[in-house]
Amino acid sequence: MSAKEWPLWEVFIRGQHGMSHRHVGSLHAVDAEHAIKNARDVYTRRNEGVSIWVVEAAHIAASAPSEKGPMYDPARDKVYRHPTFYDIPDDAGKM
Amino acid sequence: MYAQMVKSTGKGLVARKDMLPEDRAFQDRIDAGEKIEPKDYMPDGYRRNLIRQIGQHAHSEIVGQLPEGNWITRAPTLERKANLLAKVQDEAGHGLYLYCAAETLGVSRDEMTEMLLDGRMKYSSIFNYPTLTWADMGAVGWLVDGAAIMNQVPLQRTSYGPYARAMVRICKEESFHQRQGFHIMMAMVNGTADQKRMAQDALNRFWYPALMMFGPSDKDSVHSAQSMAWRIKMNTNDELRQKFVDETAPQVEYLGLTIPDDDLQWNEDTGHYDFTEPDWAEFFEVISGNGPCNVDRLNARKKAWDDGAWVREAMVVHAEKKAARKQAAE
Ligand SMILES: [Fe+2]
Ligand SMILES: [Fe+2]
Ligand SMILES: [Fe+2]
Repeated sequence: MSAKEWPLWEVFIRGQHGMSHRHVGSLHAVDAEHAIKNARDVYTRRNEGVSIWVVEAAHIAASAPSEKGPMYDPARDKVYRHPTFYDIPDDAGKM
Repeated sequence: MYAQMVKSTGKGLVARKDMLPEDRAFQDRIDAGEKIEPKDYMPDGYRRNLIRQIGQHAHSEIVGQLPEGNWITRAPTLERKANLLAKVQDEAGHGLYLYCAAETLGVSRDEMTEMLLDGRMKYSSIFNYPTLTWADMGAVGWLVDGAAIMNQVPLQRTSYGPYARAMVRICKEESFHQRQGFHIMMAMVNGTADQKRMAQDALNRFWYPALMMFGPSDKDSVHSAQSMAWRIKMNTNDELRQKFVDETAPQVEYLGLTIPDDDLQWNEDTGHYDFTEPDWAEFFEVISGNGPCNVDRLNARKKAWDDGAWVREAMVVHAEKKAARKQAAE
């Protein structure tokens, strides 16, 4: 067993100008600089990106799957948060 | 396939009525087409099977670089060299995507590497055959990557989220691999008589090993049922093998080559080609370590791992030093 494994990093790439960074995968690297270099080689070989973010996986906090119900269920019955809930007659003009 | 003989650690397919309530709920999620994510509940057998399967797949991508790496410095033109280099580089990426997917199940990449090196984990039998001529680069890209694609396309819909997402990336990159191989074959069959003979010879040597990539015949794959219920295997071995033969036979004809199987012929009634199954005794020999190149392949992996140890360690020490220096300056 080698002494120490390189930490895991999550990689986010902005595909085109104006779009958000999107998670594309992960890789191992010793530090941020190294992670960005590796991400460039692994995830942008076909022009997939114009910007790379890397975050050490250990620093990501995530919601727990067991809390899915209490977390997301309350949003289910709030149809009035969508524009289609409100019936506006055509006579009112473009809205 | 790349994971062609995943020995299940479970007891085979468990009937619904014998399942624990949480396992029944898990199976319902899979049946409903939901994706299982790393932190979700999963039965132990599902986790263990996936680690073996994804690990085997990852190792295959990495070991699979060796037979082609052999020809990078010997490519006939600069363009072919660039193509092959790009393809082999992709395979390194595929290995990486898959190791990362397996890591979400609680196994580390170093552990998996060690399991490969000490024989606890396997890789596809296909990479234990030698690549003797440049035509083999054609045959490998066309047939081996072709067979891999056939297996990987349905796996994009597999139940384990990280595995499915890795497959999507891989499939996107994979089709150029097959086409560059076929392109080499086209050049060879349109070349001199000697070159055409080399192309036929490569097909002769790679045909049956390619058929073996799909794993043993259905009647001998005892672990399929549970894997299919879990949607970590999407088709049976024989289904995919048949599909491969059906798609490849016309391509062989197009090239003006002959499949080394006297009994291969189109069957009007079934709507498929009849063909001869590979020699399964040979398959079991190769998968258990006795193929022509098993020792070379593992030695090459071991050498890379051992020779790289000081680099991996030095990188860590250097990063720590850099971080300390930065902190001191703040
Ligand atoms: Fe690949
Ligand atoms: Fe491959
Ligand atoms: Fe490939």
